[in-house]
Amino acid sequence: MMFLAAAGALIAAMVLALARAFAGPTVYDRILAVNHIGTQTVLLIAVMGFITGRPDFLDISLLYALINFVATIAVLRYVKRGRSTADKES
Amino acid sequence: MLHAVGLFAVLFGTWILLSGHFTPFLLIAGAVCAALTVAITLRMDLLDQQRDFVGPVWRLPLYWLWLAGQIILWSLIVARQVLAPRLDIDPVLQRLPCSQRSDLAKVMYANSITLTPGTVSTDVGDGEIEVHALTRAAMEDLKSGDMDRRVSATEAKRTKAAAADAP
Amino acid sequence: MILDILSWISIAIGAFFVLVGGIGIWRMPDLFSRMHPAGIIDTAGAGFLLLGLLLQSGDWLVSVKLVLIFVFLLFTSPVATHALAHAALLDGLKPWTRRRDKARDKDGEP
Repeated sequence: MMFLAAAGALIAAMVLALARAFAGPTVYDRILAVNHIGTQTVLLIAVMGFITGRPDFLDISLLYALINFVATIAVLRYVKRGRSTADKES
Repeated sequence: MLHAVGLFAVLFGTWILLSGHFTPFLLIAGAVCAALTVAITLRMDLLDQQRDFVGPVWRLPLYWLWLAGQIILWSLIVARQVLAPRLDIDPVLQRLPCSQRSDLAKVMYANSITLTPGTVSTDVGDGEIEVHALTRAAMEDLKSGDMDRRVSATEAKRTKAAAADAP
Repeated sequence: MILDILSWISIAIGAFFVLVGGIGIWRMPDLFSRMHPAGIIDTAGAGFLLLGLLLQSGDWLVSVKLVLIFVFLLFTSPVATHALAHAALLDGLKPWTRRRDKARDKDGEP
């Protein structure tokens, strides 16, 4: 029961962050929002594992935490790189 | 060399903790994977060289406990500000001095600042650190230098050799 | 039984902090002030949620994995936030401040 409430809170927060990812004026707002949607997904997968009674989900959760970090750094590098090459071309 | 053995032990320990199976095949596979990772790390020269700054390690858990208390305290404060009907925030961006000597302690200090809700470190320089704070109170709390001192306390004491080495 | 109650309380606190973080991400005026409520999700929200799950687990393998998830989050989230703030500052983004907002109010703009 408590797990369902936690999952509901996580999904609500994810919707709010998703709205920010759509609305965010700068690209960095979007990256921040997506990064935290990823964090909330990690928690949601862990909670889902407990709801369904299959702790194997935690492995996926662990992996997602690492991929989320690498993805954020990669996107940041891409944004910076893209900006600088665009400057050179113009 | 000791460092490489330590890395192997940590990697192999992580393998065992994550797998939870103790069949010979999986244990050997884990050892091979860990050894391969250590070999690649040595080949890429990624082991860090600043070994003379590692200080009293037993102080770290104490620091983490203090940090956890700090995080909960500031989480409540920031949560109150987020939920307030009228936003009562006053962000400031400022450079603060920091007294850490090793890169590791500096990273620890910057990460502690970022982990504490209400303050985010935005740039780490030589002897100073740029911080964005949500309110003036958060900035004042950081300016008191309490966290700075506690991080520095986990570093090694300044030995004569290190003092002669450092400018 | 006591463990159950403790874990429920912990999960409830964690869910509350996660919600606060989500609201903060939506509500704050600019990128830098948005990072602070977002930090609540990574530290207090994740911490209390995983602590609550930890009290329910009852299996050492599951407990170790929960602790590892928390440790990874603690190591990666400040680095990602720092990189984001640093990149935004280098890109010339100016933090929102109260004074500038007042000046804008005087000019009659919303």
